[in-house]
Amino acid sequence: MMTNPGNRLTQGQFSFLPELTDAQITAQIKYALKHGWAVNVEYTDDPHPRNTYWEMFGMPMFDLKDPAGILLEINNCRKTFPNHYIRVTAFDSARGVESPRMSYLVNRPKKEPGFGLVRQESEGRNIRYTIHSYATDKPENERY
Amino acid sequence: MIEPDQDALPETNDALIDLEAELRDSNVQEVLDKLDRELIGLKPVKTRIREIAALLLVDRMRRKFNLTSAAPTLHMCFTGNPGTGKTTVAMRMGEILKRLGYAREGHLVTVTRDDLVGQYIGHTAPKTKEVIKKAMGGVLFIDEAYYLYKPENERDYGAESIEILLQVMENNRDDLVVILAGYKDKMDKFFMSNPGMRSRIAHHVDFPDYRAEELLAIAKLMLASQNYRFSNEAEKAFAEYIPLRMKLEHFANARSIRNALDRARLRQANRLFARRGQALTKMDLMTIEPDDIRASRVFKEGALDLDGDEGANGTIPV
Repeated sequence: MMTNPGNRLTQGQFSFLPELTDAQITAQIKYALKHGWAVNVEYTDDPHPRNTYWEMFGMPMFDLKDPAGILLEINNCRKTFPNHYIRVTAFDSARGVESPRMSYLVNRPKKEPGFGLVRQESEGRNIRYTIHSYATDKPENERY
Repeated sequence: MIEPDQDALPETNDALIDLEAELRDSNVQEVLDKLDRELIGLKPVKTRIREIAALLLVDRMRRKFNLTSAAPTLHMCFTGNPGTGKTTVAMRMGEILKRLGYAREGHLVTVTRDDLVGQYIGHTAPKTKEVIKKAMGGVLFIDEAYYLYKPENERDYGAESIEILLQVMENNRDDLVVILAGYKDKMDKFFMSNPGMRSRIAHHVDFPDYRAEELLAIAKLMLASQNYRFSNEAEKAFAEYIPLRMKLEHFANARSIRNALDRARLRQANRLFARRGQALTKMDLMTIEPDDIRASRVFKEGALDLDGDEGANGTIPV
């Protein structure tokens, strides 16, 4: 893909930018906490864009005042899953919103094989297109 | 947490620095004055807080000259009898540390054993960690900390909680300040069985009991904060009440005084209610009269009020 050299996964915020540093991640978390959003750490090795429900690392963190605790969890998660995608989401529980406000990647596997285009022939001469992550050919935990 | 100052001064030895200006910038004097004004007595506590404030201030100036030193350990242990103001001081501590740039948020998270120790295997660690994460950037205040360790039950999960705490107190010194509080003798026993805990706590502060005249001053402050006042006679009556109450059992310093005042307010309301029909002034509503105090059983029978056998456990009579 011409627009995405190196097959870097582009999901959520800041994904076209260089990797965020810990200081930048902290600043983003601070922004979320300032608005009273609950911050979670999630991970997965199936980065298909329709896979919205990633595994949670630990419990969602409510009532935190300071980003240090969340950064601690992020680093724990990186240590446990060094070759998984890890993202930080900020959930806004305000009535009428009740959904994530922020979501950005904080860790990605060293080698990202990317996605292939799959063509399926259907009725008539129609073709259905979908994408398929090369990594998911292997079983869980052996993908990256 | 402490970042090197951007506008670091050149490394000359003769560059002057204005301690006075530094003090003004940090606004810490304001907090210390407030502490002096609102906390009666507690000499050793105030001295220690002053020392800590001075240390942090000097540390800040040293950083301007690029004289680096490790961030000081500020974990504390408050010991003292019930009602001597341990929680109040802990709350102030957060504010002071924030003004001095040591704590980022300066909030206080108060927990007891229940909040830290879980009920089954594997429950304790996440519970303790959650509390620690909440307290980061501020002060974690563990009330009656000696209950964390129960030597008579070797399968108690308290030890696990202590272990996690110790680790965090060492590794995340910059992120949170842990304050343990409890009665002196029990805390000593607790430290005896957890020497690691003792060595990680730099400041052991003992809260002395209040004297009778200090308690009277506290009572007046408490009333003023609730927009009440003593009449002259009532103040005399209360001054008599305090030594009598101090002799009785379950005396809990300032907490007993607060309970006595709550009961006096009750009687005052009753008295005002009894003389319905007469016009009341604002002064009447504010003033506690001697009758409101002398009606206490402490005077009549030398016994605790029936409705107010407040104890060291801090139950507030209704």
